[in-house]
Amino acid sequence: MHELSVCQALLQQVREIARSHQAEAVDAVTVRIGPLSGVVPDLLRHAFEVARAGSYTGAARLNIEELPVRVHCPKCRSEAETAPNRILCPECGNWRVQVVSGEELLLARVELRHRPEETGRSTQPDEVQHV
Amino acid sequence: MCETCGCSIPDHNHPAAPDSETVEVLKGLMDSNDHAAAHNRAHFDRAGVLTINLMSSPGAGKTRLLEETAKALSGRLGIAVIEGDLETENDANRLRAGGVRAHQITTGSACHLDAHMVHQALHEFPLEHDGRGTDILFIENVGNLVCPAAFDLGQHLNVVLLSTTEGDDKPAKYPVMFRAADLVVISKADLLPLLDDFSLERAQDAMHQIGLNTPVLQSAIGRQTDTGAWIAWLEQQLEQHRERTAA
Repeated sequence: MHELSVCQALLQQVREIARSHQAEAVDAVTVRIGPLSGVVPDLLRHAFEVARAGSYTGAARLNIEELPVRVHCPKCRSEAETAPNRILCPECGNWRVQVVSGEELLLARVELRHRPEETGRSTQPDEVQHV
Repeated sequence: MCETCGCSIPDHNHPAAPDSETVEVLKGLMDSNDHAAAHNRAHFDRAGVLTINLMSSPGAGKTRLLEETAKALSGRLGIAVIEGDLETENDANRLRAGGVRAHQITTGSACHLDAHMVHQALHEFPLEHDGRGTDILFIENVGNLVCPAAFDLGQHLNVVLLSTTEGDDKPAKYPVMFRAADLVVISKADLLPLLDDFSLERAQDAMHQIGLNTPVLQSAIGRQTDTGAWIAWLEQQLEQHRERTAA
């Protein structure tokens, strides 16, 4: 369970971005994860619930884009999806393949919220209620 | 579902609020760790030290292999060890008893070492000591086949131990760890005649199944101590490392 450490590193980067953009808060964080990164998406989600407390990210949502393992086979020149514990060419069974996707562990984007423009009056944000 | 407010009204899409902003980043999540790891690696290169990150499940024989390695290289090469464990100084004490310079990192509840911990250790445990330098620094990671694979420490090589009592399908169960390995050492190989559920062929086949052709060595520590192939591999790697860093 190293997802908490990974999550803390993620939030450190996110808070730095929020600070440098002078944001009020972070609405959402999107990461891209491949199964060969060693990070389990569900564990990262749980860790995020705990670790997001603090400046900027207290109410942030975590979106995870899960990427498949894809391999390129130099022998039959095909590219295909495969399982993380079966890194072979699904076409010809060759194991000398190149992994072209599946090792990603990336912070893709951050959605920031800024303070409404100062107008001199009370700046209660207009709350729109949705079901 | 509305992407903006998360409400459940079908086809509901807010226009983006004027006070929101999306920042595209596309940076590695491990940026801070990787930065510290690169710093550690540059430090090792300047000192001409080959650093090896030793990983395995608990009890596969990492400390024992290091004890035997130190004996075999004694008087020829300078060895130092950074030990990672959740608690206790036991492993470092074992190595010190054999005359090996060792430093213990206790991680508390952390299941892996990271580059910052190694950096901190290097401040307290210099590579040069009493006028003698280090040729090979071993970092014995926390016994765990999952988490340590995700953290670059600044090492030059990863060595993964697979002991014969663990089962030959470990590479299939822990593909991320085995994919990180530059060398796999089958430890406790002297037990092979007693075990009917471990075959070297199946272990090798399990590695092929995850697209690997990583070199595999055997080591036996016990009644039939045999670390010859491992020591020869280390000496060859050190020579290659010295050529690379001198260039």
